[in-house]
Amino acid sequence: MARAISRRKKIMWTALAWSLGLLIFFPILWTFLTSFKSEATAIADPPVFFMFDWTTENYTTVLERSNYPLALTNSIIIAVGSTILGIVIAVPAAWAMAFVPGKRTKDVLLWMLSTKMLPAVGVLYPLVLLAKWLGVMDSRLLLIVVLMLINLPIIVWMLYTYFREIPGEILEAARMDGASLKSEILYVLTPMALPGIASTILLNIILAWNEAFWTILLTTVDAAPLTKFIASFSAPEGLFYAKLSAASIMAIAPILIMGWFSQKQLVRGLTFGAVK
Amino acid sequence: MGRIQLKQVTKAFGDVVVIPPLDLEINDGEFVVFVGPSGCGKSTLLRLIAGLEDTTDGNIEIDGKDATGLPPAKRGLAMVFQSYALYPHMTVRKNIAFPMKMAGMDQAEQDRRIEAAATALNLTDYLERRPGQLSGGQRQRVAIGRAIVREPAAFLFDEPLSNLDAALRVGMRMEISELHNKLETTMVYVTHDQVEAMTMADKIVVLQAGVIEQVGSPLELYRAPRNRFVAGFIGSPKMNLLDGPEAAKHNVETIGIRPEHIAISKTEGQWQGTVGVAEHLGSDTFMHIHGIPGCDPLTVRARGEVDVTEGDTVYLTPQAEHLHRFDKQGLRIS
Repeated sequence: MARAISRRKKIMWTALAWSLGLLIFFPILWTFLTSFKSEATAIADPPVFFMFDWTTENYTTVLERSNYPLALTNSIIIAVGSTILGIVIAVPAAWAMAFVPGKRTKDVLLWMLSTKMLPAVGVLYPLVLLAKWLGVMDSRLLLIVVLMLINLPIIVWMLYTYFREIPGEILEAARMDGASLKSEILYVLTPMALPGIASTILLNIILAWNEAFWTILLTTVDAAPLTKFIASFSAPEGLFYAKLSAASIMAIAPILIMGWFSQKQLVRGLTFGAVK
Repeated sequence: MGRIQLKQVTKAFGDVVVIPPLDLEINDGEFVVFVGPSGCGKSTLLRLIAGLEDTTDGNIEIDGKDATGLPPAKRGLAMVFQSYALYPHMTVRKNIAFPMKMAGMDQAEQDRRIEAAATALNLTDYLERRPGQLSGGQRQRVAIGRAIVREPAAFLFDEPLSNLDAALRVGMRMEISELHNKLETTMVYVTHDQVEAMTMADKIVVLQAGVIEQVGSPLELYRAPRNRFVAGFIGSPKMNLLDGPEAAKHNVETIGIRPEHIAISKTEGQWQGTVGVAEHLGSDTFMHIHGIPGCDPLTVRARGEVDVTEGDTVYLTPQAEHLHRFDKQGLRIS
């Protein structure tokens, strides 16, 4: 049943929603604007909004002074690689928990989630020492494995919820039809859970792309992704807001565009199963 | 071949025993129906045969070979589920082909069998559609098609018609019976609907709380139910069971008389009662009679139209040769 809402209330709520949306979006907008200002205009007081001499100089400088293509490639490889590795491990795990739950399945799920509550810095030293001992510091492989481990609980949880929506009878039918466990997962479960798997992949690519603690600490040059690329513009050279902004925009643009195009899938995935 | 033997098969979920040790023999080519109220363990029993549940104890033999520990795929059985359990992301053709693909059958043979199954089940025009675009009856046929292409040792049906509307159910009932006559393959069929059991089965297995109450042909069960439970469960409308003075006249605890074995008269008879609800179906008239001690209301079924209305006084006479007698334990006395 539609609720009766007065016109005034409607306008009020709409205005409130828009203000909140703009408030959340404002830092990105400001970064975008700053990236086209000169360094002097960038720190001008009072701040200038649109009335300034637009320049693309910052972008040129940033591209000249650092290796953007390498950072971009690293980001893509690390984000996609860790997600794929995570999915390969999480699908069988989630299958087991969703379709053959044991007495302790709920506990295992909660325990996995609890690892997300551990401060990352707590395992920094052991991890760095391990990586050095194995000789994998500043390598893409290390970051792929580390980011996969960090996001694995989320991947398993998401897949688990999607798998729970699939009727067990269909998997039993596959078993009766002579499917091995591998065929059952490959030909029946995965295609049916595809929308869910797709949004899990999308979300985890975004998470891995934006991860800034491990990616900054475990890389120097070769494996440095875009997060490191941004960071490198902040520290040693003083405060170059305009260039920092240009670097930031270049780093977040790819993931922002991907998120924009897949937002339908993302929203559908995140609310999957909420409504039939 | 499709001979299935259950020897002392037991199933428990934790401490709850749903099927106490049970023996049953299903012969090759037989149409066996497991029937009983919901929760009686009939579906569990079918799933044990299928291998979808592990037995707690006892052995299951298929064609003389021990299959107790075999996974479902290795038992050579096919199953049709209540929800059809079709693969929603595959076309009808791929659904039917799936078990053959899993068996690694060559493509030409797959195509030949798909065509044959589609023709037999009137699915030829729908092969390229997905399950979501089919009606309930068509989905059911696809599920059957997927089962027959494997040429299994036996078919297992788990309440396959309960999701269909009444008219379609009658049609599909006939189709499954015809299929059985044609293929002559063993079929094990689970239902809670005793009409399905009566019309389709060679052999009915009546279950209650995991225990087999009686095994026999439909008419054996109708004519000589072994106990009160079977007497009340088989037959529609239900058999009237009378306790008290009327039973005492026969020196037993309970007497049973089927609604169709009672003569009704407006002038004279053994029992006097008043008509409650009368259901006029044209071909039959069902009357619920009040006022007969030990059974209220008592159901009477008369052929054709009977001119009675609510509140009429009527006289009833049970046919002596159709009277069933039961002792204190509820067992039949012959």
